[in-house]
Amino acid sequence: MSISVKNISKSFKKVTAVNDVSFEVKEGELFGLIGPDGAGKTTIFRMLTTLLIPENGSATVAGFDVVDDYKEIRNNVGYMPGKFSLYQDLTVEENLDFFATIFGTTIEENYELIKDIYVQIEPFKKRRAGKLSGGMKQKLALSCALIHKPKVLFLDEPTTGVDPVSRKEFWEMLKRLQQKGITILVSTPYMDEAALCDRIALIQDGKILQIDTPQEIIKHYPKKIYDVRADNMYRLIESLKSFEHHYSVYPFGEFVHYTDKRDDFNPQELQLYLEAKDHQNIKIEITTTTIEDTFMELAK
Amino acid sequence: MKRFIGFIKKEFYHIFRDRRSLFILFGMPIAQVLLFGFAITNEINNVDVAFFDKSKDAITEEIINKIEASKYFTNKQMITNDAEIESVFKKGKVKAVLVFDTDFSEKLTKENKTTVQIITDATDPNTANTINNYLSSILQKYQQEINKEIKISHQIITQTRMVYNPELKSVFTFVPGVMTVILMLVSAMMTSISITREKELGTMEILLVSPLKPFQVILGKVFPYIFLSVINAVVIVLLSIFIFKMPIEGSLFLFGFESVLFIINALSLGILISTISSTQQTAMMISLMGLMLPVILLSGFIFPIASMPLPLQMISHIIPAKWFIIIIKAILLKGVGLSFIWKETLVLIGMTLFFIVLSVKKYKIRLE
Repeated sequence: MSISVKNISKSFKKVTAVNDVSFEVKEGELFGLIGPDGAGKTTIFRMLTTLLIPENGSATVAGFDVVDDYKEIRNNVGYMPGKFSLYQDLTVEENLDFFATIFGTTIEENYELIKDIYVQIEPFKKRRAGKLSGGMKQKLALSCALIHKPKVLFLDEPTTGVDPVSRKEFWEMLKRLQQKGITILVSTPYMDEAALCDRIALIQDGKILQIDTPQEIIKHYPKKIYDVRADNMYRLIESLKSFEHHYSVYPFGEFVHYTDKRDDFNPQELQLYLEAKDHQNIKIEITTTTIEDTFMELAK
Repeated sequence: MKRFIGFIKKEFYHIFRDRRSLFILFGMPIAQVLLFGFAITNEINNVDVAFFDKSKDAITEEIINKIEASKYFTNKQMITNDAEIESVFKKGKVKAVLVFDTDFSEKLTKENKTTVQIITDATDPNTANTINNYLSSILQKYQQEINKEIKISHQIITQTRMVYNPELKSVFTFVPGVMTVILMLVSAMMTSISITREKELGTMEILLVSPLKPFQVILGKVFPYIFLSVINAVVIVLLSIFIFKMPIEGSLFLFGFESVLFIINALSLGILISTISSTQQTAMMISLMGLMLPVILLSGFIFPIASMPLPLQMISHIIPAKWFIIIIKAILLKGVGLSFIWKETLVLIGMTLFFIVLSVKKYKIRLE
């Protein structure tokens, strides 16, 4: 096991940030912690990167205990905090060189590992890090976290505030890194990114709701989901919520996701109900389940 | 070692790319020395005085000539009536008025005594006092001259000699003080700010999750500032030698050693401040309020410690700047060697060790 977490908890004053969390990450696995802001993802990261001490339970990273062997862990992991944490007044190259030096290596030595990522920002290597765009900052931060060839890579919300194209590229890079044998623990509030992980843990309010592969998590969703839309979306939600057989109703992009209490639900019935409620351009279609649906269901 | 050098390199990038702090680092010492040297001084020069001569005889004229002849005073105007005294003061230029009594020389010769009144503008009490003393001494000197022939049977003659600073140049006492203040400010405030900046920007989080050891981070932060502070000390000394003609009586080597000791002391205080504050703002406030004020007020820089109330005297003992000022005054002005200041030096060394041990202990290897 590359990361093994057993019943760890952490609270700050009166708030319990992490509550009895356990999970394991296999070597070379891309594992995602999926949950909204304030779910406790960052606290878990900080405990695993030896920045915080868990109150209860124990955890090991790359075989080292996070409390007793913190020095070994600091030699063997790469950490990219949620907030951009590089030196803004240093250039791209100086930042990378600095992190290579403090880990006792050089850019040349591990260039192979970061090449894919670094070539994209290399044209700007003389530019100060503070003047980079969001996507480029992430690439630089990832390069810096990787420069010492870590065994385990911790990425705390690496794609928050990054444009969709850069996000997609970023995940492709993670996949390539994974093939090089690096274990990656990544957190994200974006449910669509969850499907790209090998396994995910859905987390809310410091508790893990479910751990499985994204496919399994979707498969176990008990209901059929319908995309519903009409001209007045706000009134549509109101009407659906007052429909006596409704099980769940929540907006999902340009649609409303609707599930029914009954297994033998007929969409025609809902169509008639909505027409009676005077809705225009009603459209009801069965749709595929996503991680977000599962999360909404579990978080209920 | 390579890691350490890499860290120092990074620190120098920070310093040289931040124009504002670079300006504070090098502009401040020069500005302060020049300010204290030229503007803030107890000496008087070319003070405007006015005379109200009610008798207008040979003796008053001679006195007026003597006062005019000194480099301290300039005769601004002659006043002819009482009301004018008030009006010249209100105009602000004239700082003192001498009023000679009517029939000045007649009274002097017949009654053996006469009066002259010195009126000074005491809106600035220190200057008024000095003007008063200078004028009185000119009058006394004149009195001695005219009494030369007369023998007084019992006489105590005071012979004063001011040693170490015979001309009473205030710059000689300000230079050690200013140097202390600047070294304290640059060393303590700048290091505490540079460490808390890493906390504020989140880079400390990455530094912690790296193989860098606490002492490497601390030394890496401190080293560039030792270097810069030494440059500052040299600049201040050069300014005081070449612009203010301050003599360096003692050994420059000893002076250098004590300065480096004090710089390290201030730096360790800076680290200590950074361990207890989480933002640059707090670090700056603590440095200013907790260090600058005591250094200026309680170190003996401006106000003599001996005349402070006992509780403040006690507090002054724990202020490193006090000991440093004693040391450098002794070296620069009195020219003494280590054998005279070893006690003060030991106190400084002790304080420095205490701060270093405390800050390494308080340095957090984690976020909490």
